[in-house]
Formats: sequence, structure tokens, C-alpha cells
Amino acid sequence: MTMIFGIPIQALLGQLLVGLINGSFYAMLSLGLAIIFGLLRVINFAHGAQYMLGAFVGYLLLAHLGIGYWPALILAPLIVGLFGMVVEKLALSRLYDVDPLYGLLFTFGLALVLEGAFRYFFGVSGQSYTPPPQLSGGTNLGFMFLPNYRGWVVVASLVICLGTWLLIEKTKLGAYLRAATENPTLVQAFGVNVPLLLTLTYGIGSALAGLAGIMAAPVYQVSPLMGSNLIIVVFAVVVVGGMGSILGAIVTGYMLGLAEGLTKVFYPEASNIVIFVIMAIVLLVRPAGLFGKDA
Amino acid sequence: MTDNRAKPLLSVRDLHAWYGESHALHGVSLDVAEGETVTLLGRNGVGKTTTLRAIMGIIRKRKGAIAFDGRDLMQMPLHRTAHAGLGFVPEERGIFATLSVDENLLLPPIVSPGGMGVEEIFDLFPNLKERRNSQGTKLSGGEQQMLAIARMLRTGVKLLLLDEPTEGLAPVIVERIGEVLATLKARGMTILLVEQNFRFASRIADRFYLMEHGRIATEFPAAELEERMEVLHEVIGV
Repeated sequence: MTMIFGIPIQALLGQLLVGLINGSFYAMLSLGLAIIFGLLRVINFAHGAQYMLGAFVGYLLLAHLGIGYWPALILAPLIVGLFGMVVEKLALSRLYDVDPLYGLLFTFGLALVLEGAFRYFFGVSGQSYTPPPQLSGGTNLGFMFLPNYRGWVVVASLVICLGTWLLIEKTKLGAYLRAATENPTLVQAFGVNVPLLLTLTYGIGSALAGLAGIMAAPVYQVSPLMGSNLIIVVFAVVVVGGMGSILGAIVTGYMLGLAEGLTKVFYPEASNIVIFVIMAIVLLVRPAGLFGKDA
Repeated sequence: MTDNRAKPLLSVRDLHAWYGESHALHGVSLDVAEGETVTLLGRNGVGKTTTLRAIMGIIRKRKGAIAFDGRDLMQMPLHRTAHAGLGFVPEERGIFATLSVDENLLLPPIVSPGGMGVEEIFDLFPNLKERRNSQGTKLSGGEQQMLAIARMLRTGVKLLLLDEPTEGLAPVIVERIGEVLATLKARGMTILLVEQNFRFASRIADRFYLMEHGRIATEFPAAELEERMEVLHEVIGV
């Protein structure tokens, strides 16, 4: 058996793949957080709950309406995105003029309410969600066995992250978004409906969380607490990448997922804390984050 | 000139404005007729910029009456004001660093037909064309000012609110901006200008308002600028 640093190569690649899968979810989630924080200056603590909501929408569609994975892949982000827009319009938008802390507290409260409600109805034990038949089984890559669904997650998340990045960097909507992130008042004085842009942005950010949620449903258990388990790590990713940096959120998401996977191979005891150790080091050396602009 | 003053495009009456608790405008009244170029003069801190920002609706804590083209601007949300036909060029220019020159230029939505085409704008500002793919804030101060003016020309606004367009720029650039504004004026653009540079303002302005302590102190036509120069220098201290 081939060994690298005394580790069988299969084990190494296996953990790297797990890291890449986790990284895919970190990247999608931190991307949404970064977009929301960039424009709204709100630290969206409800992001984990919106991710959980996406997974549950998929689960409920299948369990009660017989609607499968592929339509749910469209419907779940749509529903979570619309939910986000309603939340922004009814509540968050009233908090922009007060201390940013209120936005954070509100989304934190919303997360607790959502998780509490789902825990009441579904309990804490997870529900399983079978991957669609087209993606069941696996492929033998020669050096390792790749479950097809996991390969799909990695590819799809890359496409989603790249697509979102292109949307922001290359389109007119993205130009409005970037400009409004810099100077919302001036953009509004030019005649752009910035309040609507804020609603849309929160909707897009929430939809990304919902999309990550439905994609995660077959990989992890669908459970009311799935979001809160993940969101702390995702916040660390955003801090390492640099608050509000879109590219930083994406790259750091994958990087930290891989770092976690590698740690599992070489020193499994540290795998749960490695991301936070990296965060602490980055904050000490470069407080604005790897991709952030110095304040 | 007296006949266009009969029906002003912009009419401001007894405008008050506040920054938080601080009362910055104490009843400004002024008119700008269609096609006219009017300059607001005054010392730093008398409320010239505040007047522009209150007209535009960027300052929301305001009282009084602002009518533009027959419409009441007081109740209008900020993002509708541009669509009524007002274009704002802020003192700090407001060029976006995360946008290219092209993106900066194309950012403000078209509010009515009759604006300039992009090629026409590049004819007026050839150096912007050469740098259209540069990052907006990589431009020189003069180029940024031209971009700030240029991006309002596409939109079809009827009135330009220009806040100190020559501030901190080299004489040759000031000259160029003067030519551009003269061209715009010749095309019928209405301009409300805040300016400290008399020489520059005198070349294009039809009328002047002198502001003191958050209100209009005097008003006089361009023809009287020469004879008032000494008094103005004293009052404004430039």
C-alpha cells in the first residue's frame, strides 16, 4: 500500500474528500453571509437556521407531497429566499437606522425561534433523506471509492460559488450591489431603489443557505440542529476570509474544509478546533482577514 | 433671462434642514429657471452643500417647499428624485472603487430619454475612454471629477446639482471642466452650482446667490459680479 508520511494514501484521499465536501458547504454558506454582511452590515445569525430550513423544505416536500430531489433543488432555495425577503421587509429593514447590534440580536432570535419550532415538531433525532437514484452508488476512481452524490456536491457547489461570484462581478445587478456596498446613499440618489436591493440581497443570501441545506440533506441528517452545528464554523470561515469579501469567503471555505480533513488524518484530536486555531492566528497576524481590506 | 424666470424649473421656498439636532439651513429660498446656470457662493459652512443635499433629498430632516418641474420633491423617497430629473454630483465625487470606469459610467439608471450616448460622452471626455477598464478610483482627481459629471449625462436628467467641481484641481483641468459645463449649458442643461472659484463660475453662471448663516443673503445677475467682487472677497474671504 502506498504511504505518505506513514499514512495510507487511501485514508489521506478519503479525508481530503470529506474535507472538500465540508468545505463545499462552508463556502456556500459563508458566501451568503458575506453578501448579506457586505450590503446590509447585518451579521446574519439566522443563516444556520435558513440552511436547516432548506433541508427541511426538501424533506417535507418529499415526505408529504412526493416531490423529489431535483424539483426541491429549485423549490427549497426559492422558498427560503422568499422567507428571507419577507423577514427583511417586515423586520430587518426597520433596524438599519439603529445600532447594528440589533440586527444581529434579531437574526439570533429568529434562529432560536426557527430551531425551537422545528425541534418541537420533529424532535432532535435526524431524519434521513435518500439521494436521488441518478446519484446513488459510487464510482471507483482506482485509488479510492467516490460516492456519486458527494462528487455531485463538490461540483455543484463550485458551480454555484462561481456563478454567484460572476453575478456580482460581471452583471449590472452586481454593479449595483458593489456600489451600494460602498455608498448606499449615493446609489439611491442616482435613482436605484436601494431598499428593494437590500431585500433582494437578503433573499439571495438566504436562498444560498437554503440551497446548501437541500444539498446537505442526503449527506448529513436532516435535523433542527444541523444549522447551529455548522454556523459557528462558517462564521470562523468568514472571519478568516475577511468580513464581506466574496472571493475570500469562497476560497477560505474550501481551504478550511481541506485543512480540517488533513488534520483528521494527521492529528484527529485537533480536527474540531483546527479552524478556530487558524482563525485566532489570522486575527493576530492580519485582523482584516486573508482577503479583507485593511480598515 | 427675465422671461424664463417667470416659470422656474426648480423652486425652493423657506427650506430648513437639520443634521441631527444641528439646524443647518434657516429658510433658503431660490429659483432656477430652465436652461439657467445658477451659482451658490458663500464661506465654508454656510450651508451650500447642505442646500444641494436637502434639495436632492439626501438629507431627510428638512422642512419647507421644493418644487421641480411641477412636482413636489418633499414627499418623494430618495430613489425617486433622480427619476424626477435631478442629477447629483457630490463634492467628494463618489467614484466607486469596486467598479471600473465603464461600470461607474453606466451605473446611474436612465431616468428619461434625451441623455447623451456613451460615444458622445467619450467625445466630451476622451481620457475616460482610454481608461474605461481601469478601476474607478485609480483615476486622477480631475478624471474622477469628469467621470462624476459624465455619468450623470447619460441619464437624461434636466438639472445638474454640482458641488464644487473644481475643488483641488489643476488650472488646466478646471479649464477643461469649464468647457464641458459651457457645452452642457449650450445644450440646454440647467445647472445649480456650488463654487468658490469666482473666475470659473463667472464664465458660465447667469446668476449668483450669496449664502450666509444658512440662508440666502443676496442675489445678483452675472453682469454685476465685477462690481461686487471686492465686497464678495471680503464676505467670503477667498
